[in-house]
Amino acid sequence: MSFETPRAVADALRSVDYLPDDRIAQVVFLADRLDKPILVEGPAGVGKTELAKSLARVTGRDLIRLQCYEGLDEAKALYEWNYKKQLLRIQADVDHDWEDIEQDIFSEDFLLTRPLLEAIRSENPVVLLIDEVDRVEVETEALLLEILSDFQVSIPELGTMEARTQPMVVLTSNNTRELSEALKRRCLFLHIDYPDAQREQQILAARVPGLSEHLAAQVAKVARSIRSLDLKKAPSISETIDWARTLLALSIEDVDEAILGDTLHVLLKYQADIEKAAKELTSSPPA
Amino acid sequence: MLGIITGFIDELRATGVPVSMVEAIDGMRAVEVVEISDRVALRETLRATLIKNLRHERAFDTAFDVYFSMVPQSLSEPRDSGESRSQPHVDRSDALEPPPFDIDGLLDSLLEALAGLDDEAIRRGARTAVDELAGMEPGRPVGGTYYLYRTLRRLDLADLEERLISALTYDQDLSDFERRLLREEVEARIERLRQEIEEEIRRRLVADRGRDAVARTLRRPLIEDVDLMHATTSDLHEMEDAIGPLTRKLAARLARRRRMRTGRLDFRRTMRKSLATGGVPADPQFRHPRPHRPEVWLLCDISGSMATFSRFTLQFTHAMSTHFSKLRSFAFVDTIDEVSDFFGPGVDFGSALRRVTTEAEVVWLDGHSDYGNSLETFHTRYGRQLTPRTTVIITGDARNNYRPPRDGVLGDIAEASRALIWLNPEPEAYWDTGDSAMSHYAGHCTSVHEVRTLRQLEQFIENLTLPGPRPLQNV
Repeated sequence: MSFETPRAVADALRSVDYLPDDRIAQVVFLADRLDKPILVEGPAGVGKTELAKSLARVTGRDLIRLQCYEGLDEAKALYEWNYKKQLLRIQADVDHDWEDIEQDIFSEDFLLTRPLLEAIRSENPVVLLIDEVDRVEVETEALLLEILSDFQVSIPELGTMEARTQPMVVLTSNNTRELSEALKRRCLFLHIDYPDAQREQQILAARVPGLSEHLAAQVAKVARSIRSLDLKKAPSISETIDWARTLLALSIEDVDEAILGDTLHVLLKYQADIEKAAKELTSSPPA
Repeated sequence: MLGIITGFIDELRATGVPVSMVEAIDGMRAVEVVEISDRVALRETLRATLIKNLRHERAFDTAFDVYFSMVPQSLSEPRDSGESRSQPHVDRSDALEPPPFDIDGLLDSLLEALAGLDDEAIRRGARTAVDELAGMEPGRPVGGTYYLYRTLRRLDLADLEERLISALTYDQDLSDFERRLLREEVEARIERLRQEIEEEIRRRLVADRGRDAVARTLRRPLIEDVDLMHATTSDLHEMEDAIGPLTRKLAARLARRRRMRTGRLDFRRTMRKSLATGGVPADPQFRHPRPHRPEVWLLCDISGSMATFSRFTLQFTHAMSTHFSKLRSFAFVDTIDEVSDFFGPGVDFGSALRRVTTEAEVVWLDGHSDYGNSLETFHTRYGRQLTPRTTVIITGDARNNYRPPRDGVLGDIAEASRALIWLNPEPEAYWDTGDSAMSHYAGHCTSVHEVRTLRQLEQFIENLTLPGPRPLQNV
């Protein structure tokens, strides 16, 4: 499925309760048109992973996810030869000609596909999500380059495997490490920041059914206010959503200082932050 | 169009944003599939293809405004009227006489637009404000800030803010908390108006003087090129985001081990495991080497001459403390004190900084830098704890106020540690001028680097290669 305009992207995403801003819609549109991967960067919990999931949902593609971590290697990301099966095969007929066996054990039947190869080999079109790519070491990043630019994987024993269908690739990064130029060059860059109060209000309305407009607006404003403080970890969208749900569950209609003070721990995860926010928000505003 | 885009890319490169050939081509290709008349679409398209780092977005936005501002047809018209109007009252002397213009009417309509969040009306108001208040004169070689200042002074945004607050209060009694939220809402809206005005001024400057000229005057160094000795607070704040990734990279560099990816085959465990498969080693086991934990000691000069730089190094120290469990930090002016405990996980930077400046005992005699005494004190007090695994990093300008450098002791420190690195925030050409004792110290260091900007720090980390940790002796 291909999108006609950025607006169509926005509408489609909205239909699955993901509210994109102009930038997100435009970049997704471009990625679709130019068949380029998207590198999504931004603070934790602003909907980077959610974007990939929503894309899979609106396009009807399968989602294949590669969660990155320190120490990820090609055996976990690309493919691995199935040693056990190969050994068994060798043992099964010892009298057989070795050449034949060698041919045989290095065929696709003995290949264990890992997410990247799986995305390439899939019969159905897929969305490939490479999550938190900044966690792998620089050297491991190189594994991704071939797949990102040519949508293919080279296996020395088998040759080059090309994509059966063009995968839609989304990489996410929390920017804990500068990614290599080579990787960035191959991607469209999309920075997602905390939304402004208006958009956050819409997101809340879409994600928390039953939330009154008044409360959604208040929650969004409080979130903005807290984010303007100098905190260790500002509340993310997922945390404001949690907070809105909490308020709803407590059947609170209107947020005041006391309620905020009582429920602040839903928004903030560090004791120092909670104390700071409580002190700032519940005292009189700066003149 | 092609010409404008190439000009735009040249401008980005001139600012220091690295736009590669491939990215430029991508940008061109991408522009083909977008509606050129849609400014937002064009902007986001170019941004996604050309800019690959958040730090470069501000430069991008400025340049984009200049190169792709709608050069409106009405442009020549308001400018002409502005010209003819500015002739009669040449208010270069900032004369107090009010111009024949209904500023209250404008303020009222702006207030209404802001209260109702009417984007179109806000834009219209901004345009009128610039028309009437900026007093723009064609060909005058002043920057946009001058006109912005003139417009804003007449508009009095602070007053507008108060009026907007009372307009949105609807005579309700607000608690402090509600008032705070309201104020922030209003501030956000006023900021939007301010940006609108700024953009409008920029547009007219471009129409008057041409893109390239305006772009040149607006060009500001990227955050990675700001001199650390003279960075402003907001610069430092912006750097904070960049420091995290850098320290992580440094951690990785220092911990780098020379080993095979998967580790050596663990023969014993493989054989043990093979019993389950009838003696066939079906599941090879590997020995995973223990990651090497680097030990880093940081010595920061926090004397007055280094005020801005030391704030930066302490920021860096703070970020490092989350990556190195074995980080020890020391601050010195004319004597040295350990400040490791002030940093650490869960401590916010502000309070750490406060404790360093108030609690650390770094002044012994007169509060003027004394590297000699600091190093000697360091060596006597902590020298015996240095091990061949310790990397010592000293940051400072080596300006010793003509006191004896006592560099011999630095040699002892270097001897006792794995590596000794000196980062100097001064340009290399200034080293050894005046009271700088850099060359005395340099000889003892494993390496010495000029680190004046974030970019240089990045390069230093990028190229860092250290001798492997020496084996512990006599153990």
